[in-house]
Amino acid sequence: MTDFIQNCIDGVMIGSGYALLAIGFTVVFGVLRRLNLAYGPSIMLGAFVGALLYIQFQAQLFTVAIATVIVATLTGMYVERLCFWAIRRGAALASMVSSFAIWMQLEEMAVIILPERTYPFPALTDLAPIHIGPYFLRSEHLTMFVVAVLLVIVVHTVLYRTRFGLAVRAVSENPDAARYMGINIDAVMFWAFAMVSAIGGIAGFLILATDQQVTPYFGLWATFKGLIAMMLGGMGSLPGAILGGLILGIVETQSLWYLGNDYRDLSAYFLLFLVLIIRPGGIFGHALSERERAALRRV
Amino acid sequence: MDEYVVSVISNMGMISFLALSAYLLLLTGEISFGQQAYFAISAYLSAMATAMWGWPLWAGLLLGAAAAAFAAGLIGVLTLRLRGLYFSIATLAFAEMVRLLFVNFHYQVMIDGEPVGPDGAEGFRDIRWIFEHNVSAFEYMAIILAVLTVVVTLFFIAERSRLGSIFRMLGEDPLLTELQGLNVIRYKVLASCLSGFIAGIGGAFYAHFATYLEPQIFNVMLGVHGLVYGLIGGLGTALGPLIGVALDIGFLEAVRAIQGYRMIVFGGLVAVLLIFMPRGILDEERVHWLRMTWRRWRNAAR
Repeated sequence: MTDFIQNCIDGVMIGSGYALLAIGFTVVFGVLRRLNLAYGPSIMLGAFVGALLYIQFQAQLFTVAIATVIVATLTGMYVERLCFWAIRRGAALASMVSSFAIWMQLEEMAVIILPERTYPFPALTDLAPIHIGPYFLRSEHLTMFVVAVLLVIVVHTVLYRTRFGLAVRAVSENPDAARYMGINIDAVMFWAFAMVSAIGGIAGFLILATDQQVTPYFGLWATFKGLIAMMLGGMGSLPGAILGGLILGIVETQSLWYLGNDYRDLSAYFLLFLVLIIRPGGIFGHALSERERAALRRV
Repeated sequence: MDEYVVSVISNMGMISFLALSAYLLLLTGEISFGQQAYFAISAYLSAMATAMWGWPLWAGLLLGAAAAAFAAGLIGVLTLRLRGLYFSIATLAFAEMVRLLFVNFHYQVMIDGEPVGPDGAEGFRDIRWIFEHNVSAFEYMAIILAVLTVVVTLFFIAERSRLGSIFRMLGEDPLLTELQGLNVIRYKVLASCLSGFIAGIGGAFYAHFATYLEPQIFNVMLGVHGLVYGLIGGLGTALGPLIGVALDIGFLEAVRAIQGYRMIVFGGLVAVLLIFMPRGILDEERVHWLRMTWRRWRNAAR
């Protein structure tokens, strides 16, 4: 039982990183109705620039964080202009394929910056793990979790308490109606994309600073972890993305502990497949979308 | 012919099967991230048949492709309710499950004092059928291309038949297809089976070409590449996926001079191409225009 609870704690901490990645997908998918495969690689390019500063100039943790977020955001803007703004609405498939082509491009850029397989990434904290009774908590995990919670609050406030957030929700509800209300759809899409890329940058930084290393596989990893977490919770809903991320984290740590490393990803994919077949709307799909709609009516 | 050129062309031929299978599903309106699973299933099974059970290549290929078609049909039934991104992610989850199961799959027999067979993450070595039967690299390439020609021809015939129209109609509007009195479920599962079979042919060829399989080869990147080839080449004709393959592999092999930067150039080129041609190079309109021009030209010549 102690092991089980310990795994749950670790899972929630790791899952908070997945949740941030899933939020990125869910907001972009909600607004654009299109899939951005280049999300992970944009974050990776940011992280590689951060790692370069760390290795070459012994940059401080904070500088690395800023560099990662800025480069990830700029790359995200570039992806939005090239793959989403330039391709007319309705050609969702073309946008997805185009973002995949840009993925290849970004990955090669990252490899040109840092050609080796693995690079060190600065550690998030050097504090000792915290002990609570029989359980312990890595301080990196706790920091990641706290930052993730703060970010979720910020995102929620932006989406539900600002005019920009109202515009974002209007566009995701019905782009045509939003246009008739005088909302500049292109601008909303652009800034929503930029916001999401910044969140992705922070998420990537937190995850990598916990692992203390960065590899060229991070792009693939981040894209698919984010996608899986989003689909588990239910597409296009903010609470769904968060819960999906946490569940993915818990399932991974539990299966790693009880079944071994070989079965960690297998159980996550198995769960995803089952959820999609039995409840295509995600585990919390229907309940949450009702509540979200109610919240929307209130505004 | 140069050995290197032969291997590049063989590669193009094998990947073309994967691209064609993704293209078939694209026609019916489904984006699959999981075609690599059928490629993998057939690769493993056909290699086991030839290397461990002593079957001839054609029998192994048929067995592998049939198993792939069966798996694809099963997935087709399970994912019937799913549309759009849900379908894509379900196929992705399935394909990753298949890959991870192969990581844990151990089944070896002793042949001539050596263990032969899939050994989990260590891979499946010594699939030597084409060496043992003295098939040269050139002959093997010819076999691949011959089968590819047959498949593409069948695509062309299907395209002009009732079946082809039904598949395209499904892609346009499943509800309307149903209203025509057609059994949508049956055609969707049929499309899934066929796509699995085609991917399976490619997988079986790949296993005997590479002589070595490991689960890591069949990751999601392989499937996404197959999908992308279908779209770059165009959704108007079965030649589209082949053009996509030729452009990618051909381009990458041709520009070895700028190695290290070629994905930056190629990725950018593809992105720009898709801005102007969102349904690929040979999309429906362009194919129609080409067909009309050809007819006019032929009539004028008469």
